[in-house]
Amino acid sequence: MVPVVEFKNVSRVYGDPASSESMVKALDRVSFEVVKGEFVAITGPSGSGKSTLLHLIGLMDRQSAGEIFVDGINTKNLSDNKLAKLRNEKIGLVFQQFNLLRATPAIVNVELPLVYRGISASGRHEIAKNELIKVGLGDRLQNRPSQLSGGQQQRVAIARALVTNPSLLLADEPTGNLDSKTGEEIIKLFEDLHEGGVTIILVSHDPNIARRAKRQVVIKDGRIANGHS
Amino acid sequence: MDTVELVRSAARAIRTNKTRSALTTLGIIIGVAAVILLVSIGNGLQAFVTEEFESLGSNVLLISPGKVSFSGGPPRNVEAKFDFSDVRQMGDLGDPIVKVSGMISKGATMKYRSKTYFGNLAGVGEEYLEFGNVEIEAGKFFSRSMLERSQMVGVIGHKVYEELFGGVGNPVGREIDVTGSKVEVIGKLKEKGGGLGGNSDENSFVLMPVTTAMKVTGIKKPAAVMVRIRDADSAAAASRKIKNYFYRKNLTDDDFTILEPKELLESITSFLGVVTGALSGIAAISLVVGGIGIANIMLVSVTERTREIGLRKALGATNRDILLQFLIESILLSVVGGGVGIGIGWGISAILRQFIETAVTAGSVMMAFGVSAGVGIVSGLAPAVRASRLDPIEALRYE
Repeated sequence: MVPVVEFKNVSRVYGDPASSESMVKALDRVSFEVVKGEFVAITGPSGSGKSTLLHLIGLMDRQSAGEIFVDGINTKNLSDNKLAKLRNEKIGLVFQQFNLLRATPAIVNVELPLVYRGISASGRHEIAKNELIKVGLGDRLQNRPSQLSGGQQQRVAIARALVTNPSLLLADEPTGNLDSKTGEEIIKLFEDLHEGGVTIILVSHDPNIARRAKRQVVIKDGRIANGHS
Repeated sequence: MDTVELVRSAARAIRTNKTRSALTTLGIIIGVAAVILLVSIGNGLQAFVTEEFESLGSNVLLISPGKVSFSGGPPRNVEAKFDFSDVRQMGDLGDPIVKVSGMISKGATMKYRSKTYFGNLAGVGEEYLEFGNVEIEAGKFFSRSMLERSQMVGVIGHKVYEELFGGVGNPVGREIDVTGSKVEVIGKLKEKGGGLGGNSDENSFVLMPVTTAMKVTGIKKPAAVMVRIRDADSAAAASRKIKNYFYRKNLTDDDFTILEPKELLESITSFLGVVTGALSGIAAISLVVGGIGIANIMLVSVTERTREIGLRKALGATNRDILLQFLIESILLSVVGGGVGIGIGWGISAILRQFIETAVTAGSVMMAFGVSAGVGIVSGLAPAVRASRLDPIEALRYE
């Protein structure tokens, strides 16, 4: 079976390539893979390279060396536009800060990825509505983010991430901005989604959150610390 | 991302900051309204002038003594080097010249009982009426025989009637004093409407037989000659005939000017066109200022919405999607401003129409609309490009 995400000796170096002293190696020859239906946590101390890894998995950044495959597609030589399209189709992103459009109703926020996919207004509305019902916000379609609680806002963001039916749900510290009770609800939602077959990668520095995943990838100083992927 | 969704999301963004959007478009609103208004006044003025000239008839030539130039300085009062016998002989030059009428004019003090009015005395031929400039309202115009006998008769204009007779009663048969001579009023002219005011038109005239006027004023030479020709197309032929007549009398081009109303009209309308253009140009400067305002606000908006841009890119927006989003927002702002400006300009022009002639043309509306859309594109481009180039990771981190 083709892995959903596959990293082969991926490095990411920041700084001026002309002077080797100013170079910072954020990721150093990282290899791992995530197969369909997995629930993986990427964890590690701050500055370990978690965020860099997240950005590369989310196709928002490009590696300095190595190869990244998403659903078997090598992303190395894709143009920016192709990468944006792939991101739209394959990856559903959930952020710590929710990142919802403030003045915009929940349903329109959820519709947003479908807008860039070119789906008609009526089609979008239907799909987004179903997605919001699934995360338990069927009665909050027209509410703006400011009229929703933190947990509800994160649910809207999860609905937005899932609305394109992506191959991978990629969450960056999804409970970091929530109290522990609400955070627990969100983690529960992730577990339910995992039960339903959604492939999830969750990035968190919190071991208690990471432990809830079925597999942990610990990253330290830009390398995978728990040896095996 | 389809166009409908782009416009919808732009409208949403504009509505989010209502006050700011309204203030931003104010520059465009004022600029467009000013352009529409000024062009409508210019067009109205042109229409008015054209109408006036057409009432004079396109089959009339005017001969003026001396050289009249439109480009430099006011016309000088030059004594003609030709006289009324020349006017008579020009009348016999034949086709396409139909009729020739000479006139003299001078400022004149008119008195009736205790009333005094400073108007103009004009000496004309009995055929003056046939040129269609004036119409008789009461009494009659003077006849050929009255002219031949230099009778002391006069036909007064409406203003003269109002000033001397208070605008009441029949002036026909009364005797008025014109620069010290007793003149019998034999007719009154119909009021000439639509003028720009002042003392230059026939309303302020007392029209007298040219022979009488020469006696009263001491002027011997004609101040102007009107030539009726067969039709507008024969103007050049008629003008050549008149020139040749003058050349035979050893006059040069400096001694007379032949004005064709058509030509005159063209030079006046082109002059008005230039004035209108210049005024609109000045008004258009405020459009440029408005455009800078939009560019400024769009730059602020891009900075404020950095995270939004990052998010949109993370969700799959391409650089082009982001570019179009901000560009359409800027175009929408300025086109809405343009629309409102057109409405306001139109409204003020409609109000002004009660006092002066104005005309809002489809052309000026379309131009204003096009210009405001153009302003939107130009002023939105730099901010939109900046937005589209943002790095999604950096943008998402932006606080």
